[in-house]
Amino acid sequence: MNRDDFPMLKQNIIYLDNGATSFKPQVVIDKMNEYYTTYSANAHRGDYDISYHVDMEYENTRDLVKTFINAQSKEEIIFTGGATESLNLIVNGFFEKNIEQGDEIIITKSEHASNVIPWFRLAKNKKAIIKYIELNENHEVTIEALQKIITPKTKIIALAQVTNVIGDERPIKQICALAHEQNIFVVVDGSQSVPHMKVDVQDLDCDFLCFSAHKMCGPTGVGVLYGKKELLEAIEPTNLGGGMNESFDNEFEVLLKPLPTRLEAGTPNIAGVIGLGAAIEYLNEIGMDKIAKYERNLREYLINKLEKISYIDIINLHSKSGIVAFNVDNIFSQDVAYYLNRYHICVRAGNHCAKILKSETGVKNTCRISLYFYNTKEEIDKLVELLADKEKIIAEMF
Amino acid sequence: MDQEIKREIIMENYLHPHNKETTNDSEYLKVNSNNESCIDNIDLQILIKSGRIKDIKFNGEACAISTASTSIMIKELINKTIPEALDFIHDFEAMINENEYNKEKLGEALVFDDIFKQKNRKTCATLPYKGMIKALEEYQKNHN
Repeated sequence: MNRDDFPMLKQNIIYLDNGATSFKPQVVIDKMNEYYTTYSANAHRGDYDISYHVDMEYENTRDLVKTFINAQSKEEIIFTGGATESLNLIVNGFFEKNIEQGDEIIITKSEHASNVIPWFRLAKNKKAIIKYIELNENHEVTIEALQKIITPKTKIIALAQVTNVIGDERPIKQICALAHEQNIFVVVDGSQSVPHMKVDVQDLDCDFLCFSAHKMCGPTGVGVLYGKKELLEAIEPTNLGGGMNESFDNEFEVLLKPLPTRLEAGTPNIAGVIGLGAAIEYLNEIGMDKIAKYERNLREYLINKLEKISYIDIINLHSKSGIVAFNVDNIFSQDVAYYLNRYHICVRAGNHCAKILKSETGVKNTCRISLYFYNTKEEIDKLVELLADKEKIIAEMF
Repeated sequence: MDQEIKREIIMENYLHPHNKETTNDSEYLKVNSNNESCIDNIDLQILIKSGRIKDIKFNGEACAISTASTSIMIKELINKTIPEALDFIHDFEAMINENEYNKEKLGEALVFDDIFKQKNRKTCATLPYKGMIKALEEYQKNHN
């Protein structure tokens, strides 16, 4: 749906790599151009009209994000360079000083690199312990499996709400309830969930949520860190500089501004943040529930067709999201991706930044299809038609 | 070379790659080669005696082009001296990059003479050669 809104879709391509990044609707591009062409000034300098205009638009996005994820206050919304930066800020700014030797950090083997490696370093430096929730036969997290590994030493549970290869949705609300009974913090990577479904941080009761603008019709280089206010207050800024300080005289007298500015040192990605605001307005207009429902139907349509092809192995048959990981028997995933590229179909081959997942699934590399609301049944028909002919795949894979 | 023949040679080397095995023999030099932009990842093991390549084995995960290119490279480089091998690699890379090269020298590796038409597969074809250069340079450094 809404295909006419996307300039990229006017090209003759079928884009099925939305887990990597999404296309941008014209309204988002226009909104950013408008900033660069009609009120291109810095933020937080409201002494003249165009700068005041910047502040209004920049802070308007914060309001939009607040409402979009139902945060309590706009102080809980921090703009970053992306989900990766948000996660690193949580690890280095908050947990660095809130973790002790022997504390346990719980993750899974299906997390994206950015929700793994920062924890690895923290664990190494602080002599903390990384533990993995055992995934069930469908590579999903269950409350029972989580309960089994929580101990009095457990400090953090860090999980993607929807994972980027398996595409399973985790029961974050129940996980938070369980964790908070035992004073465990829950960090949620929302990169693959926030663009595709309604996410309500108060309902989930998560402590932190991270996501990127570019996977939700917004620009690259912008992300969000949501955190409960008292936790964000406790973050030690990893960046210090302009905009975020109240006053400074010498090394003993540096006074920082309150949230959220305190965590946004330097000139921010103004055009990007304003673009994210336009993206949220755009998604709101369609409706997140409608997007989620549409994608679910599209996934079912795709799975029904793929399942009929005997030599295709679907790795995540039981997931509900728009992510489908598969392999063609005896053909290297990259060769399949190259073959589809001949027909201008974009799918991703590889480990998709989930490099420790292979020990869970036994499969190192896969082809990944990741859908968004602008994909169609016709596109899936074309894809399936090409995958249904193995002789053709072999004949045209190089 | 005829397109059909090229295809057959690539396919044959992909499905039945030469020396796709590993050895525990510590006399072999070991080197890894991978592409940043894709998921091809191979390990090469190379046995050099008196300045001559006596054997090359490989293992790893790679696409059809990378696998076939590695298999062909191994067949072509075994029994060459180090300068001869470097010369071969130089010609191979020149071919991939559409520069002047000596056709006579390249043997079966000529199957990749039009791979430049698929820009995203040039790195696949050159993957084993990148590893080979690394290994030969290291060998020369240690034996000079």
